[in-house]
Amino acid sequence: MHETAGAIREFGLLKAILLLPLAGAIWNGFFGKWVQRRFGEKPISIVATAAAAGSFLVSLVSVLALRSADGALADRIYTWFSAGDLSVPVALLLDPLSSVMILVVTGVGSLIHVYSIGYMHGDGGYYRYFAFLNLFLFSMLTLVLGDNILLLFVGWEGVGLCSYLLIGFWFTDREKAAAGMKAFLTNRIGDLGFIVGVFALWWLFAGKGVHSLAFADMARSIRLIEGETVLGAPALAFIGIALFVGAAGKSAQIPLYVWLPDAMAGPTPVSALIHAATMVTAGVYMIARMHFLYTLAPAALAVVAIVGAATALFAATIGIAQTDIKKVLAYSTVSQLGYMMIGVGVGAYAAGIFHLMTHAFFKACLFLSAGSVIHAMGGEQDIRKMGGLRKKMPLTFLSMFLATLAIAGIPGFSGFFSKDEILWNAWAGPHGHPLLWAAGALGAGITAFYMFRLVFLAFFGECRASEETKHHLHESPRVVTTPLLALAALSVAGGWVGIPEALGGKSRFHHFLAGVFSPGGAHGEAIAHGEQAVHASRSLEYLLMAASVLIALGGIALAHRLYLARPDLPGRIVSRARLLHRIVENKYYVDEIYRATVIRFVLVLSRALRVFDDFVVDGVVNLSGWVVRIVALVSGWFDNTFVDGLVNAVSNGTIALGARARRLQTGAVQSYVIAVFAGILLLVLLYMGLSGRA
Amino acid sequence: MNRLETYLFISSVLAALGFVTIASRRNAVAILMGIELLLNAAALNFVAFGRFVKNAAGTHPLDGQIFAIFILVLAAAEAAILLAVIIAIYRQSESIDVERLRGLKG
Repeated sequence: MHETAGAIREFGLLKAILLLPLAGAIWNGFFGKWVQRRFGEKPISIVATAAAAGSFLVSLVSVLALRSADGALADRIYTWFSAGDLSVPVALLLDPLSSVMILVVTGVGSLIHVYSIGYMHGDGGYYRYFAFLNLFLFSMLTLVLGDNILLLFVGWEGVGLCSYLLIGFWFTDREKAAAGMKAFLTNRIGDLGFIVGVFALWWLFAGKGVHSLAFADMARSIRLIEGETVLGAPALAFIGIALFVGAAGKSAQIPLYVWLPDAMAGPTPVSALIHAATMVTAGVYMIARMHFLYTLAPAALAVVAIVGAATALFAATIGIAQTDIKKVLAYSTVSQLGYMMIGVGVGAYAAGIFHLMTHAFFKACLFLSAGSVIHAMGGEQDIRKMGGLRKKMPLTFLSMFLATLAIAGIPGFSGFFSKDEILWNAWAGPHGHPLLWAAGALGAGITAFYMFRLVFLAFFGECRASEETKHHLHESPRVVTTPLLALAALSVAGGWVGIPEALGGKSRFHHFLAGVFSPGGAHGEAIAHGEQAVHASRSLEYLLMAASVLIALGGIALAHRLYLARPDLPGRIVSRARLLHRIVENKYYVDEIYRATVIRFVLVLSRALRVFDDFVVDGVVNLSGWVVRIVALVSGWFDNTFVDGLVNAVSNGTIALGARARRLQTGAVQSYVIAVFAGILLLVLLYMGLSGRA
Repeated sequence: MNRLETYLFISSVLAALGFVTIASRRNAVAILMGIELLLNAAALNFVAFGRFVKNAAGTHPLDGQIFAIFILVLAAAEAAILLAVIIAIYRQSESIDVERLRGLKG
């Protein structure tokens, strides 16, 4: 896109994609309470869903315009701020990469809005829920449409905020409020890395006279900073890893994945939209967006791929032993995000984004099906207490089953194509390694196992629920099942846009994104080399494909044997390997380890700082207060004694004088008369004496 | 016998009597009488000097006599006012004894 700068066309409609959900959020956020009290839930859901659907329609129109434009669409709204030479605009950019993202976000988002109408029915915070959901769409679209990394960061923080608000949606429950806080704080840790990366980019580019953080400008000038160093490390690797720390927080990678399972405290549609389909993939999107940097920093790419592979495998093993239906799906999400990281980490950005898209379909479908089940079970989330739901909830079962086939990687379903593309690139891609493939393939087998365990336990066999729950079992209303079936259809067919050439397809998804990731020119070499390698051995490709399918089928067969054919076996295995089971069931005690180390350290540090505060800072403040008091006392004493004393002395003297003088006024008139005569006499004598002398 | 000194002597006696009356009597009306004596002593002095003193033209000036008439008028007015005051004082404190009227004491 950046090499063909001439092809960027102004397209003013782009801002409508953002503004529709924003308007919905503002309307429901400010007036929703009143509307809900006055007119009930209907107007609220209509406004919110219309905003999401309208955004989807505008997105469709924009993407069609993009296809005919054959370049990129831009919408420069206004200049956000200027600092020195740096000027950051609020500008939107629609290229093939962001068009995939906006279609997923608004499409899946709209379906989940529809689903929420039924799911959140009767909740007192109905208006609040929809306002947050619309605000989330706005933030997520800002994230994917922003044409510079700062605008991406605004969206990045916005989705984090919405995630926090929606995880803690039922905030009267302390545990749920705490889960929201955990998500937020863990993300903050990652964001620190992100900010460091952005600052490093800004600093280095400004040093080379490039005063822009727009992706296109950075991509054009990335070679300028290639040889630089930051803190002794190669600049590009440093920035790449710093940004990946942010991505690890947002996309729940080791070691910052711990918030995502807890995030299941939020309403289930939120888990589907934010914590499975869209927000958590922001990290993958960001790396794909910064591909020009990562391609030149193989060390950073290797970190991404290795962390992704470790996460994919690690989270999958935890998923085996979870009994909460949403927790299973949460760990599955963590694991699948690991796959996407493997994809982008081996330089196969298109494959990562492809899996991001198909995952959005089937994981949203899985979560919404789980929500439908939980609703029907009256809030029960333990799969050990389910069973046999297939007959009671045929539509939910159908969609869940199709999505499970997709995530397990059964050929023909969407997950197969995307996962296969990632695995193939992990082996043979430009930065691939057979070990990455092995981790991914093993993870795929485990994924197939625990997903089918979930389906078998919940939908097959005997129903283990209480009689009362059984009595209330029912299929969900159509407002819930319609989005389910739509997503199930997408889970099946969503991958068909990317059928690889090896299977007679055209890799159309890949070609659609090719303009973004391999535009020739400066860094086209690595990709081209990679593609050569990919085309080199089609027989190997078939072999790996078959191997991964076999591993997945093996996982399914194992699940079938353990949970359908021989339901007594799991218990016996658990009793045989009690310690291992305990460790896995407790998620490898990672939360406990964090509590004992990081959290404890922070608490100790904060207590130490508090002591410092109490004694040193407060001490200084108290000392200065004490000094001022002493000075005031002295000055007050001086005032009272000397200044007031002088004034009082004057008045006292006057009073004393007056008291003496008043004695003269006896009131006896005759004494006055005598005094007068005496005075006259005195004057006469004086006069006579004086004149006599003269 | 018809000499200025005689008149001055009588006037001095009158003035002395007036003064003693004012200073010693406790009755306000008696004091009023003392005042009349003082005034008349002064009037007598004026008349005497008017009779025995000549001016540059060798005639007796009338100033002294006129002054005496003024003093008579003044004394009458003063007597009237003071009597009214004394009556008012009596009405208020049922006494005209100046020893007991100490309202001016500071």
